Amino acid sequence: MKINMSHGSGGKASAELMKDIFGKYFSNEVLNKMEDAAVLELSGRIAYSTDSFVVTPVIFKGGDIGKLCVCGTVNDLLMMGAEPKYITAGFILEEGLEISELDQIVASMAKTAKEAGVQIVAGDTKVVEGKGGLYINTSGIGIIPKGRNISAANCREGDLVLLSGNLGDHHACILSARMGIENNIKSDCACLNSIVKSLFDNGIAVKTMRDVTRGGLGTVLNEIAEASQCSIEIREEALPVNPEVKGFCDILGLDPLYMGNEGKMITVVSSADAERALKLIKDTPHGKDAAIIAKVSAGKGVMMKTRLGGSRIVDVLYGEGLPRIC
Amino acid sequence: MCVAIPGKILSIDGMKAKVDFSGNTVDVNIGLIDAKVGEYVLVHAGCAIEVMPKDKAEELIELFEDLEAL
Amino acid sequence: MKVENIINCLKEYDGPEIRIMEVCGTHTASIFKSGIRSLISSKIRLISGPGCPVCVTPAAYIDQCICYAMKENHVLVTFGDMMKVPGEKGSLSQVRGEGAKVELMYSPMEVVEKAKKNPNTTYVIAAVGFETTVPAYALTMEEAIQAGVKNIKLLTALKTVMPALKWICENEQGIDGFIGPGHVSVIIGSEVYESLAERYQRPFVVAGFEPEHILVAIYDIVGQISKHSEHDAEVHNRYKNAVKAEGNKKAQEIISRYFEPGKAMWRGLGIIEDSGLYIKEEYREYDGGSRGLDRDIELPESCRCGDVIIGRINPNECPMFGTACNPTNPYGPCMVSSEGACGIWYRNR
Repeated sequence: MKINMSHGSGGKASAELMKDIFGKYFSNEVLNKMEDAAVLELSGRIAYSTDSFVVTPVIFKGGDIGKLCVCGTVNDLLMMGAEPKYITAGFILEEGLEISELDQIVASMAKTAKEAGVQIVAGDTKVVEGKGGLYINTSGIGIIPKGRNISAANCREGDLVLLSGNLGDHHACILSARMGIENNIKSDCACLNSIVKSLFDNGIAVKTMRDVTRGGLGTVLNEIAEASQCSIEIREEALPVNPEVKGFCDILGLDPLYMGNEGKMITVVSSADAERALKLIKDTPHGKDAAIIAKVSAGKGVMMKTRLGGSRIVDVLYGEGLPRIC
Repeated sequence: MCVAIPGKILSIDGMKAKVDFSGNTVDVNIGLIDAKVGEYVLVHAGCAIEVMPKDKAEELIELFEDLEAL
Repeated sequence: MKVENIINCLKEYDGPEIRIMEVCGTHTASIFKSGIRSLISSKIRLISGPGCPVCVTPAAYIDQCICYAMKENHVLVTFGDMMKVPGEKGSLSQVRGEGAKVELMYSPMEVVEKAKKNPNTTYVIAAVGFETTVPAYALTMEEAIQAGVKNIKLLTALKTVMPALKWICENEQGIDGFIGPGHVSVIIGSEVYESLAERYQRPFVVAGFEPEHILVAIYDIVGQISKHSEHDAEVHNRYKNAVKAEGNKKAQEIISRYFEPGKAMWRGLGIIEDSGLYIKEEYREYDGGSRGLDRDIELPESCRCGDVIIGRINPNECPMFGTACNPTNPYGPCMVSSEGACGIWYRNR
């Protein structure tokens, strides 16, 4: 059965959709009150973020848009050193969307939210004309413990940059599906709670954290270099890339340095903390392939020391990062 | 205009072959070459343009051996 | 010999300045990605030539692509590289937002299947490339013909490398040696360059795309130039694993079955006779009207692309460099491609 305009009109069909799908999976004491707004008790510094998810296909190897949107917002909050607490979810459903698909996605969101320790406390659904597409907007609130100050502007000369795992998996997975290239590449979408918690619980003085999403590592490191007014030098040989993803990139002329992930992060720490931080990250489920990949120096911009010892600039991504022939 | 990489032929069906690139399987037209299953071919835009008899490591070794000192 | 020896030797080179041109966009990209320029002496200058068929495509061709993309019941299918090239009405990337139907392909052969599944849509392939890619388009036409598929057209902007190399040798005295395009040479062979090496006395070394391949080619050229008084300039094939002296005969044969040479417009250089390939008369039903798409946007007078592309000046000597002309708003071919000379200089500024 498919979504049609009556599911968005606020009448009987809407109510059934709410009960049979959203109500079934998103139940909690705040949401169940079904008021016009969620009422929450919060104190301290709040981190607040929002994101919209428009990926196609909506279901892919390693996840779906539901899992993705929870991970995306939870990770944004974690990267500021916040403990994620509450999420909202706004759905835009196009006519023609299979209800069974929506059910799978909402179930996945609920599961991911539970694992990440967040509650979905407010939501909205609209139905528009279209061809069965689905878009989700999420926003998230987290509490930042007193005294914690994580920022892209914190990096100093001598600091080291750790990457939590292989580059490019999510982007390669989505593009593979779109371009019909067969492989076993799975999206790496995951919540990074375990990594972040381990670092803080063990007293690592984390300076900066960023998740490596659209634009890839190259773009993220440029943003950090700019914010901290420093230079970052990457060691090419240290970059972890899954050989299957590398093969995929080679076929299409893409560069893993600019491919997005949805479950990888960079952490900047002092050189004294680096080895210990690396071990902690590697001991978590999503950090097994972590590596120290770059160092911070005085100067500006991002450079890379290449395999043969040469040096090249790593700029931000220009354009769309499309597959090339040339 | 030359993004082309070597891949291994997994199976052949007439003028088409399934070629593996580190775990990615692509359908490739092999009409421009004579190759057998198990051989490496250079693939560009979905077409095999040459058979590559040596693997990368062997090739580089030979490349350096062939050079005389400047 | 080890790669470290080669790097040391090239780093320490202190003779007269040597200017080496590569004419393959993928070589430009490899040189940049591996940081080769930082490994060798500044007296060995690596110059990117007009080796990117996408970047030298004139505005008229892009405009025609856009026309098809906007036309009812038509879809334009293209490689990713074409999306950013500016025509007079903007780029394919820009018009996509205005309802233009543009799809990306990994291989033109995919289009035959698409065309079979959607017989009421005409698929127009933006067929751009050098000799490396022409066989793929020829095979696509062959498959379409054999399957009786009529709703495919090729809008071609195909170029051949030899006339461009000849043009550079004739018009530009300042290039001392050439790194031969690796994958074009897989098709056309390495012995074709012998006539140029002999006539113009410049070494040609065919190279692969790993940094080791390129370093070996540079080393070879520097060596030949240093010994020029004793030996004539030669063609050396340093990519024997893929390139045969005579090239790929089957590929050459299928190219000449479906295509014939004609004049072509190279953005930044002008018209070069017999440097383009066009669908032969008997297969014209598959041609989307490719001849005569020569008109280019009036490159502003201050644009020095033509001089950059043959290494007469450095990108930063062009008055528009980095200001009016930059990667998000490119004018000439050198900046259109992020691996063109200006694109690279911009990111090293």
